[in-house]
Amino acid sequence: MYLKVTISKCTGCQECLNSCPYDAIEMRDEKAFINENCQLCNMCLEACPEGAIKEIREEGDSPAEAAKSPDNTYRGVWVFAELREGMPAPVSFELLGAGRRLADKLETDLSSVILGAEKEAADELFKWGADRVYLCSNPALEKFNDEAYTEILSTLINLHKPAIVLAGATAVGRSFIPRVAARVNTGLTADCTSLEIDEETGDLLQIRPAFGGNIMATIVCPDHRPQMATVRPRVMKKGQYAPEKTGEIVQVNPDNIISRTNVVDSVKEVSDIMVNLHEADYIVSGGRGVGGADGFKLLEELAAVLGGAVGASRAAIDENWIPYSHQVGQTGKTVCPRIYIACGISGAVQHLVGMQSSDIIIAINKNPEAPIFNVATYGIVGDLFEVLPLLIRKIKEIKGL
Amino acid sequence: MAFKIVVLIKQVPDTAEVRINPETNTLIRDGVPSIVNPYDLNALEAALRIKEGAGGTVTVLSMGPPQAEDALREAISMGADEGILLTDRAFAGSDTWATGYTLSKAINKIGADIIICGKQAIDGDTAQVGPETAEFMGIPHIAYVRKIEEIRDGYIRVQRLMDEGYDIVESSIPVLLTVVKEINEPRLPSLKGKVAAKKAEIIKMGMSDIGAEESSLGLKGSPTRVKKIFAPAVRADRKLFEGSPKDQVEALVEELKKNKCI
Repeated sequence: MYLKVTISKCTGCQECLNSCPYDAIEMRDEKAFINENCQLCNMCLEACPEGAIKEIREEGDSPAEAAKSPDNTYRGVWVFAELREGMPAPVSFELLGAGRRLADKLETDLSSVILGAEKEAADELFKWGADRVYLCSNPALEKFNDEAYTEILSTLINLHKPAIVLAGATAVGRSFIPRVAARVNTGLTADCTSLEIDEETGDLLQIRPAFGGNIMATIVCPDHRPQMATVRPRVMKKGQYAPEKTGEIVQVNPDNIISRTNVVDSVKEVSDIMVNLHEADYIVSGGRGVGGADGFKLLEELAAVLGGAVGASRAAIDENWIPYSHQVGQTGKTVCPRIYIACGISGAVQHLVGMQSSDIIIAINKNPEAPIFNVATYGIVGDLFEVLPLLIRKIKEIKGL
Repeated sequence: MAFKIVVLIKQVPDTAEVRINPETNTLIRDGVPSIVNPYDLNALEAALRIKEGAGGTVTVLSMGPPQAEDALREAISMGADEGILLTDRAFAGSDTWATGYTLSKAINKIGADIIICGKQAIDGDTAQVGPETAEFMGIPHIAYVRKIEEIRDGYIRVQRLMDEGYDIVESSIPVLLTVVKEINEPRLPSLKGKVAAKKAEIIKMGMSDIGAEESSLGLKGSPTRVKKIFAPAVRADRKLFEGSPKDQVEALVEELKKNKCI
């Protein structure tokens, strides 16, 4: 299948160029031309006022593709639980929350895989929603190792055939989960911000920011199983914690684990700002509108009054107004405070994915059209240099400072 | 000891320059420049430093439309020895699985001891192509490398950035590395490099040159599909205040007090 422009119908209006998220349409001799970047999203079909763009089905496309339906012997939802000091990392519980919802919808069960851990770790996974845990207690796996983890998880997938496999988009998940997807011959969607089940097909709808995060895309994996996705920490909400809940433990004993890579040492390096951003109830964050390093002093003052931390968007980082460790967004940190105050941040999705699970979002921006207002709970249209001093004074009054 | 190093680079739109039209919710891409994915420049710099230290050659490889040749020339102007462009209609619409497969076929053809790429591309942000390529090649990989500590015949030791610190990881060679920004500061093109880039012949390879199976390429070979693209939704419970800054601040503080937030 591919898209084609009917040259005689094309008026050269370029509407389709703007509609294309993939830069796949260019002008050649004043007519639209679809190049190799095309992902068949069909946005241009709707955009073309002349109906000049058509979907062309190729020989063998249609019946063959229809026949290639997914293997229905794949059942169940899996969560890969990564370790943090012998216990499941918090992201595992968030994934179990999402996985439980998907499993219930599909009327199937929820399993978790944990490597290099003991029974207590498995018990914790049951309490957070897992029905079954594939537990490999080999101490050699306490340290993350790409090749060993890939081998074990791929073998388990091929043996037990889950329909869905979720993992954290952490340093660990982002490193070895792609290898697993390549090995078991299936698709993988990175950094999903939302996971749903298609009512008609039962397929997993994997929603993520696309194109540098300026737009959202729904990705599916229609013909291959399992359907695999990673999710960043603090994006999904944890499920219900049931202290009495137990489940079935399946012991996994892989024979001779070999690897060509070896972790010699692990060094902890957690900066104060990282801890602050992850634990703060209040985050005051600044973007291009802050105008300079001096402008951030006002944000720091507000953060200090509230007892919160200071964050920033990529624009402010790129300008070197504040160090990278403060960056919130897809290439920075994902945060989930009670209140996030976005000052002079326009709100590219790239930034939004890093903070939109905050309970309350307050946007302060001069431009009423700024996309940040779309995710805001409260919006103030105005100059932050006028607004912030007023806000600081008001909060000081209330707190009696 | 001389290493054959292949650097994977991608030409991407400068996403920092892309804006959304608030009325139509479509991308405004007029005048958005194409750049070499910034992390790939760090990958190239790391390769050039290995070459300068231990000796060897640096080949830059890119998969993309014909205009991606510009990205390869830019890499040559920085000091890469040769540029290879993987371009074929059959590659169109590749997801990360199909991209990894295609790149692995090409690298097997070219031959490499060390493959280096950026941690992710700024347009897709998946960080999947590097590890998938290594898997298809059947070689180990180390992701998020922030420092190369030692490299010698058949052995490499690096620092790998983790969520809460870093790991020191050793590996046999051949190996694929994905690098983060912190690893180095990419050099600027030299005058000599610019001349070389102008003169360089970019080698083009297609499906048949790399011996790839058509059913595993492009959209056909891609397990994932884009089903829909949409603008982010507006929060249902939002309140936009009106009036002077003072009025708006007072209204906000009232709301926060009501919700026991301050």
